[in-house]
Amino acid sequence: MASSSEKVKVLGFWVSPFVRRVEWALKLKGVDYEYIEEDIFNKSSLLLKLNPVRQKVPVLVHDLKVVAESYVILEYIDEIWKQNSLLPLDPYQRAMARFWAKFAEEKVFETAWNALCSGGEEKEKALKIAIESLEILEGEAKKIQNFFGGDRIGYLDIAMGWIGYWLPVWEQVGCMSILDPLKFPATSAWAKRFISHPLIKHNLPPREEMLVYFDKRSKELSSISQGWIKV
Amino acid sequence: MADEVVLLDLWSSMFGMRVRVALAEKGVEYEYKEQDLRNKGPLLLEMNPIHKKIPVLIHNGKPICESLIIVQYIDEVWHHKAPLLPSDPYQRAQARFWADYVDKKVYPPGRKIWATKGDEQEEAKKEFIEILKVLEGELGEKPYFGGESFGFVDISFVTFSCWFHVYETFGNFSIEKECPKLMAWVKRCQERESVSKSLPDEKKLLEFVYYLMKIFGIE
Repeated sequence: MASSSEKVKVLGFWVSPFVRRVEWALKLKGVDYEYIEEDIFNKSSLLLKLNPVRQKVPVLVHDLKVVAESYVILEYIDEIWKQNSLLPLDPYQRAMARFWAKFAEEKVFETAWNALCSGGEEKEKALKIAIESLEILEGEAKKIQNFFGGDRIGYLDIAMGWIGYWLPVWEQVGCMSILDPLKFPATSAWAKRFISHPLIKHNLPPREEMLVYFDKRSKELSSISQGWIKV
Repeated sequence: MADEVVLLDLWSSMFGMRVRVALAEKGVEYEYKEQDLRNKGPLLLEMNPIHKKIPVLIHNGKPICESLIIVQYIDEVWHHKAPLLPSDPYQRAQARFWADYVDKKVYPPGRKIWATKGDEQEEAKKEFIEILKVLEGELGEKPYFGGESFGFVDISFVTFSCWFHVYETFGNFSIEKECPKLMAWVKRCQERESVSKSLPDEKKLLEFVYYLMKIFGIE
């Protein structure tokens, strides 16, 4: 069952949607953990020791075991703590959940982020792909009643949960419209249900601070002009 | 009811090869359908309407896309033979981490080594060698990335090995010199029938790249 909080630690950064995924999963499973805030602009020796290869958050430490990469961590959490399972049992359904999580990451997240951090033609190109990809996701959102996981929040809901909270912030900061509720009613409704879930809504970064952070960060990145940013 | 397994693939794709190796490891019979990506057929467009890419595995009429997702699917369906992922959750997480690393990091600089010139090519070569050295470090003294058994990470990376000749020729370097332990691992993997029968001849790949350059007008 739930381990004591000394045994599970999460290294994170307050505004990272990847880190929140891990926290949401642990909360859904009722697993206690210790959260350690990391300054990603001034990486600690702890982070570099725990994740020398990618040097990123989130990092999960369970007993002495270290797991990195949010999607990898989600599957690890699901396999260790069997209550409130995140992934379906059926191999085909699992493959579908993994497929859509990857799709959302590459075609919605990455494109929206690039749209935020660029201007002119680059921004337009990124926006176009983001919106086209949301059109595809809308088709999947129309098929569900409550969550992608069914009656309960599952892997795909957690993977795409940033859409309901980070995306509107990026839209505001970047003066762009991506998740138009009139164009994407099913996705918007799902996003609202997800963000309002009691275990999620109390585990979100403060919106005002997010606006300040992303405004600053997007300006920094767009001034460097480094081409397509891979997340 | 017998399983019907079809693979939509392209002979030169290191991503498609991953699926071939996985199916061979499991001893699964399947029908291989070569795709023409410049003239995509109706089956590919129907089975992967979103990305219109290969590989696509069609199992009893249902499509699965994205090579590493397909390999995990194969491992979960045909779980009674040759496990590709370890049974321990932590070892599985490590395997997923490293397969993800290969998936994200190896292809882009590799492609730039043959498709670009000058500074861009040099940068790509440096990056590529660095990544290979990280992987060599992870392999360590183990026979396979999976430890004693050939597995998920081995499959995700070994399919690039037939492309090494292309990278070495264009980049003018020797992977053997840079990463001798990695090359020893490649040779070990090639002794497996699943690998040797699934990967094309490296010289054929080099000819193919020269052909691609001609039609895309790359000098």
